[in-house]
Amino acid sequence: MISESVVELSRWQFAATSLYHFLFVPVTLGLTFLLAIMESTYVMTGKEIYKDMTQFWGKLFGINFALGVTTGLTMEFEFGMNWSYFSQYVGDVFGAPLAIEGLMAFFLESTFVGLFFFGWDKLSRGQHLAVTWLVALGSNLSALWILVANGWMQNPVGAEFNPETMRMEITSFAQLLFNPAAQVKFVHTVAAGYATASAFVLGISAYYILKGRDTAFARRSYTIAAGFGLAATLSVIVLGDESGYTDGEVQKAKLAAIEAEWHTEPAPASFTVIGLPDQDKMETRYAVQIPWVLGLIGTRSADTPITGLVDILEKNRGRVRNGMKAYALLQILRTGGMDATTLAEFNRYKQDLGYGLLLKRYTETVLDATDEQIELAAKYSLPRVVPLFWTFRVMVLCGFIMLGVFFYAFIASSVRKCRQALLLRLSVAIMPLPWIACETGWFVAEFGRQPWTIAEILPTFLSASSLTELDMYLSLAGYIGLYTLFLVIELFLMLKFIKLGPSSLHKGRYHFEIAEGVAP
Amino acid sequence: MIFDYETLRLIWWLFLGVLLIGFAIMGGFDLGVAMLLPFLGKNDSERRVIINSIRATWEGNHVWFVTAGGALFAAWPPAYAVAFSGFYFALLLTLFALFLRPIGFDYRSKLPSQRWRSNWDNALFVGGFVPALIFGVAFGNLLVGVPFHFDNDMRIFYEGSFWGLLNPFALLAGLVSLSMLLMHGAVYLQVKTDDVIYQRCKTIVPIFAGITLLAFGLAGIWVANLNGYHISSVIQPNAASNPLLKQVTQAPGLWLDNYQQRPLLWLIPGLAFIAGIVTSVLSKNDRPGLAFISSSLMLSSIILTAGCAMFPFLIPSSSALSSSLTVWDASASHKTLSIIFWVTVIFLPLIIIYTSWVFRVLRGKITVAHIKANDHTAY
Ligand code: HDD
Ligand code: HEM
Ligand code: HEM
Repeated sequence: MISESVVELSRWQFAATSLYHFLFVPVTLGLTFLLAIMESTYVMTGKEIYKDMTQFWGKLFGINFALGVTTGLTMEFEFGMNWSYFSQYVGDVFGAPLAIEGLMAFFLESTFVGLFFFGWDKLSRGQHLAVTWLVALGSNLSALWILVANGWMQNPVGAEFNPETMRMEITSFAQLLFNPAAQVKFVHTVAAGYATASAFVLGISAYYILKGRDTAFARRSYTIAAGFGLAATLSVIVLGDESGYTDGEVQKAKLAAIEAEWHTEPAPASFTVIGLPDQDKMETRYAVQIPWVLGLIGTRSADTPITGLVDILEKNRGRVRNGMKAYALLQILRTGGMDATTLAEFNRYKQDLGYGLLLKRYTETVLDATDEQIELAAKYSLPRVVPLFWTFRVMVLCGFIMLGVFFYAFIASSVRKCRQALLLRLSVAIMPLPWIACETGWFVAEFGRQPWTIAEILPTFLSASSLTELDMYLSLAGYIGLYTLFLVIELFLMLKFIKLGPSSLHKGRYHFEIAEGVAP
Repeated sequence: MIFDYETLRLIWWLFLGVLLIGFAIMGGFDLGVAMLLPFLGKNDSERRVIINSIRATWEGNHVWFVTAGGALFAAWPPAYAVAFSGFYFALLLTLFALFLRPIGFDYRSKLPSQRWRSNWDNALFVGGFVPALIFGVAFGNLLVGVPFHFDNDMRIFYEGSFWGLLNPFALLAGLVSLSMLLMHGAVYLQVKTDDVIYQRCKTIVPIFAGITLLAFGLAGIWVANLNGYHISSVIQPNAASNPLLKQVTQAPGLWLDNYQQRPLLWLIPGLAFIAGIVTSVLSKNDRPGLAFISSSLMLSSIILTAGCAMFPFLIPSSSALSSSLTVWDASASHKTLSIIFWVTVIFLPLIIIYTSWVFRVLRGKITVAHIKANDHTAY
């Protein structure tokens, strides 16, 4: 039996390392694009100030990028190290996008990023601009492939279980790639990255303008960030994740949990703005509801109902029982050879095999599960509503505040009024919001998929490696220690260079160089 | 699918070799250079010359490693699962050491403080030394055999310990990889630097080439007496990947079986020796470019030597022989192998082309004068 505490610790470790990785990822995704825009402006107008902008924001990008690479490496290792049963069970499908990501995206991004920093005097303007665009393309392609992998975990299409090899295998690469869950995830996540980087540039530029330093430099940066950020935030919100919820049962359960939708309502369902959900009683107290809204955004139609959790639970009871049958037949196949009639019988039940595996939490052999254990497994198959309900609302709130500020900033900077102190203070104040939204967003996506790593196919508690608690405590301590140290160093350098501003380029024309007459 | 399953499995065995060799050649000199940093750079300017010799390319080189990991996952999922969870602490150490590289390179020269800089120099040394050692030790342990087994659900159980990895043969393999990467790094530095650093490299190249060949030869003799593995049941190269269906025997000297059956294979270790000597000679005669090609050849033949000895084994199990993972029963499905085959065939040449272009753009030596002139932009 796998120890529950090893599973818990592996989950904590994955959550900690991936959320940490995603502190740096969105900045890379968006800032590479902003750099490419600034440099394009430089090449088109020939104005040196845009080159300075590219180089200065590029410096900050470099500090961020180093930790993005560092922490990405952990992610690449962690599947094999902590989730070895997962790797064996779905590597045939999940590994492919990861390998493609390396070949298609990481090589591109990482080979050219060196030239971005050190190629200024070795390349023509056009060549250097091409390099910058290739870095941006590379980082966005990497997001595409990792999200194809992650989208497949949410909605595992284009693959089938093979009893001979005891794992999932690809049946259609096109389905894997054009998985609706992956598509919407890609759009939403990449746009989130653009919004994050825009908020970063916007806030820092506002700080310079407030201080009255390097205002020509800061105002131009501010304007670009405001425009790009408004477009990005609008995309994040408008192109949300809703259409990814149409396929799998797990995605439906997640949507219902986010909305604390216990019972299927006649379409279109109403949206619960706020309330106190109660998992045991399966009801929400003090709910404040707006009629129709959920049905409209959740299904993009006025007549498709959103399935409530009570109905999903009822369905899952049956699926657990079918899963037991599938598991029993699988045992016969694995020990007695692939006899055709057993195989045909197995194929009838195999889409519920994952629900049978849920029973492993309660009985090792699965086959002897009691009615009580079946009920427990069915209950366990539902996501936990309260954390999802609240984190989702935090993300949405962040999104709307950001939208408001970007809108204001965009209007103000297009009529050249971005010197208003209130706006500038707001621009600084909202800086943490996109990170909060990104982290809560991942929480919603991943915690909402629980108890599965691969929706309806592989439960999380089975996915872990057969390690000991001690192994997990030691590695977790190592990660936390090192990551904390790195974050302190990174923030220290980041703040130092932000304070220095474009003077750090030593071009001789910025604030500290002019004011003090010497290079700091 | 124009290739049958058997052929694709062979191709993917080769591709994995190509990616590992790519990493050894490209990432290898970065690791070597990082290890040499505190010893060959006697003052801050010299150290900056050494770091800047790889500043703009190490990032791309490092992706050979990331991609080899991804390709192992995709093409040989059980092998990825067994190796990464089995060698848990070895990999954790490697990972922690590798962490120090991206930030080390980027952050070191951002502050003028000497203490800050020398701390990062030490960190960069660790970031080169630990992975270089552990890669060799891991390879050595593959030859020794890894204590793991699968249960009927294909769940992996590893029975060894971290200290068990540090057996004498594996440590010898670690020495091979350490010294060959030190040699390779020194040859690369000869290409990219001049003056005192160049001279220091010239002295150490033959030393490390000699140690590598000595340790490699010793390991070869040892392997003749080490337990090797052999599939004793009928091989079905087109069957679904189920490692539990075969029988495996284990006996001293079996790793040389392939060499006995195809004596031409002896050319590969032979080439390693020749290339080692040629590298030293070229380095002495101030032909660093050619020396680099020759030392790359040496690395490749050393890795291929081990690969050919083990073929078709990927990870032999010392505790449950039939759980061993081989080319014929530990691959991804036919379809997956074929998809990633096409991706590789298209993208690997592209990668080689644009990487070469980048190296061409950045050609030329890094000098102390260059560092002084670019004090604020260089690493
Ligand atoms: C939506 C985007 C996204 C997501 C969900 C992830 N990553 Fe990431 N990753 C990136 C976007 C990205 C990036 C933007 O491309 C990074 C960040 C900074 C950087 O250097 O590249 C990166 C870097 C990065 C690197 C270093 C690449 C290099 O050496 O150049 C690796 C190995 C990974 N990631 C692997 C992973 C894995 C295994 C993930 C799954 C858990 C993961 N990333 C989630
Ligand atoms: C205001 C409206 C927003 C809505 C309706 C919304 C909706 C969602 C939903 C439903 C998920 C869960 C996806 C899943 O189940 O897999 C999600 C995830 C996520 N959200 Fe949002 N979101 C909003 C704003 C934002 C903002 C402003 C950001 C960041 C700047 C953000 C970043 C993320 C990220 C990084 C994820 C995880 C990746 C993913 O699943 O796509 N979201 N979002
Ligand atoms: C593309 C890749 C992935 C990304 C970006 C990602 C991201 C995340 C994030 C942000 C969290 C934190 C949410 C939380 O605390 O619940 C999380 C949690 C988690 N992830 Fe993922 N994940 C990915 C793939 C995986 C894979 C491959 C596995 C497993 C084998 C996995 C298993 C988990 C587990 C077990 C948790 C902890 C959930 C919990 O404790 O509730 N994830 N992941």
